Formats: sequence, structure tokens, C-alpha cells
Amino acid sequence: MSLLCAESPDVLATLAGGGLSLLWHPSLSEASGTEVVGILEACIAGTTPLDVLCVEGALLRGPHGTGRFHMLAGTGRAMIDWVSALAVRAQYTVAVGTCAAFGGVTAASLNPTDACGLQYEGDVAGGLLGRGYRSGRGLPVINVAGCPTHPGWVLETLLALALGDFTASALDALGRPRFYADQLVHHGCSRNEFYEFKASAEKASDLGCMMEHMGCKGTQAHADCNVRPWNGAGSCTSGGYPCISCTEPGFEEPGHPFFETPKVGGIPIGLPTDMPKAWFVALAALSKSATPKRVRANSTADHAVVTPAIRKTGLK
Amino acid sequence: MSRRVLGPFNRVEGDLELSLDAEDGVVTAARVNSPLYRGFEQILEGKTPTDALVIVPRICGICSVSQSVAAASALADAAGVETPPNGQRATSLMLATENLADHLTHFYLFFMPDFARDAYRESTWFDPVHARFKAVSGSAVADVLPARAQFMQMLGMLAGKWPHTLSVQPGGSARAVSASERVRMVSLIRSFRAWLERYLFGDALEAVSAIDSVTALWAWLDERGPVRGDFARFLDIARAQGLDRLGRCPGAERYLSYGNYVIDGGRLFARGVWDGEKTEMNGFAHEDVSEDVSHAWMAGEGARHPLSGFTLPDIDRDAAYSWCKAPRWRGAVVQCGALSRQVVDGHPLARDLVTQGGGNVLSRVVGRLLEIARVVPEMERWALGLAPGEPFCASFDMPDSAQGVGLVEAARGALGHWVVIRKGRIQRYQIIAPTTWNFSPRDAGGVPGALEQALVDTPVAEGEAMPLAVQHIVRSFDPCMVCTVH
Repeated sequence: MSLLCAESPDVLATLAGGGLSLLWHPSLSEASGTEVVGILEACIAGTTPLDVLCVEGALLRGPHGTGRFHMLAGTGRAMIDWVSALAVRAQYTVAVGTCAAFGGVTAASLNPTDACGLQYEGDVAGGLLGRGYRSGRGLPVINVAGCPTHPGWVLETLLALALGDFTASALDALGRPRFYADQLVHHGCSRNEFYEFKASAEKASDLGCMMEHMGCKGTQAHADCNVRPWNGAGSCTSGGYPCISCTEPGFEEPGHPFFETPKVGGIPIGLPTDMPKAWFVALAALSKSATPKRVRANSTADHAVVTPAIRKTGLK
Repeated sequence: MSRRVLGPFNRVEGDLELSLDAEDGVVTAARVNSPLYRGFEQILEGKTPTDALVIVPRICGICSVSQSVAAASALADAAGVETPPNGQRATSLMLATENLADHLTHFYLFFMPDFARDAYRESTWFDPVHARFKAVSGSAVADVLPARAQFMQMLGMLAGKWPHTLSVQPGGSARAVSASERVRMVSLIRSFRAWLERYLFGDALEAVSAIDSVTALWAWLDERGPVRGDFARFLDIARAQGLDRLGRCPGAERYLSYGNYVIDGGRLFARGVWDGEKTEMNGFAHEDVSEDVSHAWMAGEGARHPLSGFTLPDIDRDAAYSWCKAPRWRGAVVQCGALSRQVVDGHPLARDLVTQGGGNVLSRVVGRLLEIARVVPEMERWALGLAPGEPFCASFDMPDSAQGVGLVEAARGALGHWVVIRKGRIQRYQIIAPTTWNFSPRDAGGVPGALEQALVDTPVAEGEAMPLAVQHIVRSFDPCMVCTVH
């Protein structure tokens, strides 16, 4: 449903502009029931070419390997069987969302339905289709991970596929399109000044950096959420809450409460990606001691209680 | 007698299968199956209570905010925390944005495209309806998608993104609104109003809200006819096709609403259960709710209140045919949704609709569009009532042991969360979603759920694999199957 939030142009105009037509979409297409089954069977038989197979949702293998936790209605056949059969025919196979990519929230806790992703189970290659799966064009499953996905991630992936210039080099080590996964959520975060000075939020609605206390993983999570705005101008960190690294395999079981930063000796365990621990500790201590009063005061308020000073001379 | 199994259903959220028995061209019995089980309630057990705020919205990509609000309400109830006025307004704005966007999605993308099918080609009203509402390619689709996406910028500001926000907190909203954002929101709401008045209603929202009877509704249509706008186009079809005779469930003339949009301690829409047979209002107490597993692939016996209920799949139960449990109010089947909200709130058109024809395809769709007309002006008032600089979120400490109930109205109806906390962890979490009520299977007494009753007596032609009348009835409820079972 996040796809419906695509803006300027909208989702269907974008697809049409890219020369993509929907064979079938469960929320948008007219076809229902036997009409749908006919479309799927024609793809499996090879009489209808299947250029791109997009799968949303985790693949449920339970109970006891039967797949009966998710049957395709009206067919008496498990969804995992349908997906496996369609994937054989697809020129490209795309996992839309972290559930379809890695298992996601559906695989949390004791994983009651034996859920997995199309080609991953958490961060381990395999999943429903197996480590060796390649689509017709020789690519592994393209993991447009995110919970939710940004509509731009999905649409740009599909447009790049339509243009024919999407190769294995466009994927990162977890099969995610690099155009969004080669960035960190931290990039462009509107709380950067608070981060610089380790001026930290202490409770929901505080303006400060959420890394130290609130469980924010923006400095580690791969995505361009603060560069590519959501619904006009939003993002998680600008929405007042921590990044929970929803594009990463295993985000659903962080091993700590989502809204708390796990620490050892007062230092967060999850340090910024690519940053040596000693440097971080030294820098954090230094920047904390140098925090301007304005930044410190605003970090634990829900609006700017101190505004930036106005300099009396021209800015140099 | 013949039996047919229908599915998959397009343009409903999630997975739905129907089994229909028919005789002499009409449905004699229906069974509704939710063929997807994911186990969210099991996943929640043992978690830190506030982790529910992360997990429950991910039940569904279309009812996400309402799941968040229900969880936050249940946790607030457990913690005994009060939400400041700004927090109430921000939360109501988030919930209303999702609910109205869902109504719009339902009308334009899910429901109306069925009237643009070739099967209706011979109908007098067909040509303009086909051009307007054809799935994917109709002119309405191109009009509504940009308008909806722009309206959803409300959630970019208030919620960071949609779906799956964490701005919704037990103490209010984690996202304080600035003075300029307040102005921007008012502008977005007014822009949305202008779109609705131009395309959907062809009239002022207040004029639509003022329609106070079925007679007045048809008079409003006849004033300018179907060219007035998309609502009028629907009414024109509804009259021609007799949609008020389709999808009635006389055995379930009870309309449930938890009430919605908490502002300054009160609710914009009232809470209660309207009894259509006795034409009287009942108060709602959550203690009157129970869930029965007699026809679900679930372990357990008898009916349980959610605070003592549990969810444990058992695929080998003989009488079972769905993953959905059967919720009942005082042991009885009820309907919920926008129509129920408007009926319980006492809107004269909604009351007249159900007095004359009960819940049916016409009245359910009208209830939804009437609600759009009523809520948008309120949203503007809420946005104007925001006070930047005042608190949006209250702090709280969660007790080690507590229980809480969160009752909210999602677009599709009554959504309830029940949580039991022991030793600082979630011991029990039970969810009853709107479509759990509407699409419930039979209970231990063999009484079918609301949709199962609504489908009886529906005309189905021999050999018609997916009868259109059945599809209209199913979609008139705007089911969300992923929430139903979760």
C-alpha cells in the first residue's frame, strides 16, 4: 500500500511511463477468482511471458512444511508452491519488503509459521527458492527491503529493470538495490547537529539525537530515508522516533527493546558503521564537553526553546 | 444443491476465500475463510510492552495507524497515562488521515471498478461509468492517486511516514508540530476538501452531511443527476441495480462502534451498539465481548473474553474452515464499519438507511462517503486547535504487572487490543479487528457471521464462477483480511 503514496508522477503513471503493464496486482487489477488463476497458470505454462515477478509478504512454510498457513484462495494450493512455480518463469524476481526479502516481522520471536524470505532466511542465503536460484536474466532475487518500502525504491527498481540496465553490480551483498542501500539513514538526518554534539533525546518527542538512549540505528542502517523524503517531507527520525533498521535482515529481533539503546559501560554497543570504537568514544567525550547551550537545551525539549543567535556582522 | 469455492478475491486487502452452497439460483449457505495465518499475537508474547508499537502496525499496510492507535491506547490504559490536548489532536489527525484515505481507496480502487466490467456493458449507465472507473486505466484512478498522495503528506509531517509510524505513543505523539507545519496542514486539508467537493461530491461537504433521510438522498441525486460527481454516479447505479436489496443480514441488525477521535476527553463519534430490530441504543462494555474458536483452526474450547483468550493454531480440527475466530457481543453477531459508526452516532441519513433496508451494499458505501464529508471539516478544526510549544507527549512508567484495553475505530470498523503485562513483559495480547467481526465464521451455536448471513439469498447464475453480486456484497464491507487473522 505504500506504493500508492508515490508522488509526481503517481504509481500507475510511473509504471505506464516506464512501459510496464500490470499482468495482475491484487489491489489494483480487475481480475478476480478464476480469472486470476488463469493468468497465473498461463505464466507458469510459459504462454504468457512473465518479465517481473514481485512478491510481497513472507513465505510461510508451516505447519510442518505444508505451507497451509497461507493458501492461495480458491486454489487449494499453498502460496509457497505458486511462488516457486512462478519464479521458475520470471525474467526477474523482486522481493518487495523485508518480509519477502528476509522473513521480517513474520519471522519474529519463535517464528510460529516457519516464515522466510524468497532467497534469505534472516541474513543467511537460502529461503524458499534457495541460495542458487537465478531468474531468467541470471540475477538472484532483488531484495527491495524495507518495512515499509519507499515507493521510490520499488518504482525505480522496476524502471531500471525495464530499461535493461540493471545488472548484478547494482545489488549489494544482501541483494538490495545499491541506489538506496549504499547509503545510511544517518545521511541527511535532520538531527545531525544533535548527533555531532551527542546531545541526546531522553524521551519520546524530544528533539535530540536518538542514538544514545532511544535505540536509533540510523548510523548503521542502510537506506536513503533522510535524503529521499517520505510522504512529502517525512522520515522516521524527523517523525520523532528512532530508526529501527527495517531494511536489515533480523531487524525484527534486535535482542533489546526497540526504544532502548543497548550499552556496555554506558557506551552504545551499536556504533556508527565504519567508525572505530576508540575514536567514537574519544570524539563523543570531546563533543559532549563542547555542546553549545542551545543544542543541549533543545535536545530534551519538543520544540526549539533556544533559537540560534543572530550575529551582528555579516557571516564569514 | 451445488457448492463452489471462490477466490482469490482481488481488490480486498489480503486473502479471502468463500465457499457457497446454491440452490435454484440463490445462495443457501456461505462459509468465509481467511486462508492466511501469521501469528502476530504469538509473536507479541514475551516482548517488552512498548515493542508492541513496532510490531502491531506491521500487521497491515493499510490499517497501520489504527493498529498503532489501538496498541498505544491499550498501553496507555495499562500505564494510566493521560494524553495532552495536542497529543489527542495529532493522534486524531493521523487516524483520520488514514481512515479517509482508506475510504477513498476503497471507493475508487476497490469497489467501483466492478461496475466497469464488461458484464454490465448493456446497462444504460455503463459508458461513462466504464470510462471513469475502469480498473487501472479509468479517469478516476488518474484523478484520485495524486489527490490521495498529497493528502497523505499529512502523515509525512505528523507520522514521519505511512505506513508503520512510531509517532503514535501511549502518552500522545512523539512528533511535535511547529507553527508553520500547522499552517501547512490546514492548507493540505483545504486542498483535499476542494478535491472532494469537485470530484467526489459535486457539492459542499456540509451539504452532503446535511442530507438527513433516504428521500433527501434521492432528491439530492435528482437535483443534478449522475454528472454531479462520483458519489452521484454511484447512487445512480445503486438505484438502477437495486443495491439496497443486496447484502442484507437481517439476523445481524446490530451495529457496533467503539466511537472515535478523542478530543479534549470526548469522542467525535459516539460509542455503543445500535439494535436495529428494537431501534434502541446499547452501551458498549468490552466485558461483553467474547471469541469462539469452534470453527477456526485454533486450539481451545468455548468462548473466551480476550483478556483470558489465547491464539494457538491447530490445523486438524474437524469443524474448522477458517483461521478467523468468531467474536460475539453478548453472544450475538454484530456488524461494524463506517455505516455502524454513523448509525451509532445518530446521523439521520444513516439511521434512515438501516431502518429502511438494514446494512446493505448501498448503505455501507453511503456510510463511508458520508463519513468523509463529516470528518474533513473536523480535521481542519483539530489542526487549527494545535498549540505549538505546548506538550504533545506525556511520559509514563509502565507497571511490572498491568492490563489494558485499546478500542479504536479503523476505517473498516471496531478494532480492539487487549494486553496483559506480567513481570514487565507481554504475557497475553489479543486483537479483534473489524473484519474479524464482519467476516467471522460460525460460532458454537452454528450461527454464521455477518458476511455469511449477508450472502444468503444472493442470486448466482449456474456456471458463474465469480458472481458479481457476491463480489459487490463482499467489497461493500471493505474487508481487510490481513488484519482479520493477523
